[in-house]
Amino acid sequence: MAKASQSATVQSSALRRPAEAGRAFSARGVELVALPPAHRISLRAPAGSVAELSKALGLTLPQKPKTSASKGTRTALWLGPDEWLVFDDGAKDPLNDCAGVAALHSAVGISHRNIAASVTGPGAARTVNAGCPQDLSLALFPVGGCSRTILGKAEIVLLRTGDEAFRVECWRSFSDYVLTFLTEGARDAAV
Amino acid sequence: MLLIRCPYCEEDRPELEFRNAGEAHIARSANMAAISDDEFEKFFFIRTNPKGVIFERWRHVHGCGRFFNGARDTVTDRFLTVYKAGEPKPDLSTLASSAPAAYANRPPDQLNAKKTAAKRTATKKKGEA
Repeated sequence: MAKASQSATVQSSALRRPAEAGRAFSARGVELVALPPAHRISLRAPAGSVAELSKALGLTLPQKPKTSASKGTRTALWLGPDEWLVFDDGAKDPLNDCAGVAALHSAVGISHRNIAASVTGPGAARTVNAGCPQDLSLALFPVGGCSRTILGKAEIVLLRTGDEAFRVECWRSFSDYVLTFLTEGARDAAV
Repeated sequence: MLLIRCPYCEEDRPELEFRNAGEAHIARSANMAAISDDEFEKFFFIRTNPKGVIFERWRHVHGCGRFFNGARDTVTDRFLTVYKAGEPKPDLSTLASSAPAAYANRPPDQLNAKKTAAKRTATKKKGEA
C-alpha cells in the first residue's frame, strides 16, 4: 500500500505542466488558444555561417527583414540581421541539428523560455492590435511575415500564419499577462 | 505616435519599439587614464542639447535589437535621416529638409499661422477701409 502511494507521488511530481496549458478563449470572430510545447532555439550567426546552418536545419534561413521560412513542422523567423528564432512543433529538436555545424554560430535552446498562442479568426488582427502598435494589414504584414514587437508592456514575437491567423510567442513569465491581454483584446474585437 | 525608421528593418516602426540611447558620435578616448579631468568631464557629462537638429543613438530594442543613429529635430521631433551604426555622420546640407525647424525661434503669436500677426492686422485694416 505504502509502495503504491509512493510511486504515485513520483509520477505526479514528474508530470510536466507547461505554463498556460489548455488555456483558450473564444469570442465572436476570434479564437485564442495556448499552443502545446514546441522545440525552440535562439540562433545567432554571421552571414558566412548561414548557408551551412540552413543545410543542417533543412530550411533556408530568411535573410530579409520581417520574413520567415517554413518547412514541415519547422519555422525560422528573422528577428535581426544575425538573429533567428527557429521553432519546431514536431519531434525533432533543431538544437541537435545545429550541434554538428562547425561554422561559427550560437544556438541556445529556449524551448521552455517561450510559450506560444494562436489567434485566429476575422478579428485576429484587431485582437493583436489591442496592444501591438504595428500595422497588421496584409499589405504590410503578409502571411509568413514576422517581427519581434511589443504587446502592451510585454515583448512578443509575432508571426502571421494565415490571412486571419497569428502565432504569438512570448516569454514564459509574461505568458499570463500576454494571454490575459489577448483575451481582453478578443473581447473588444468581438464587439 | 512617432514613427521611426529602422535602417536594419528598412521600415517605419512605432516609437514604442525603440529606446533612445543619448547623443551620437561621442568618441571615447583611446587612453582613458591619460586624459585630464576637464577632458573627461566634456566626454562624460557635457552634451550639446541643441534647439534644432541633434544626432542621436537609438536602439530598436523591441525589434531587431540593433543600435543605429538618427538626426532628429528637437523642436518638431521630425527625423531628418537614420543610418546604421558605424556609418559616418551625414552632411546636413545635403539633406532636403535641413532648413531650420518650421516653428523654431518664432514668437508664440506667429505659431500655426500662415500669415504673421502683423500681416493679419494689416489685411484687416485694408478691409475696413
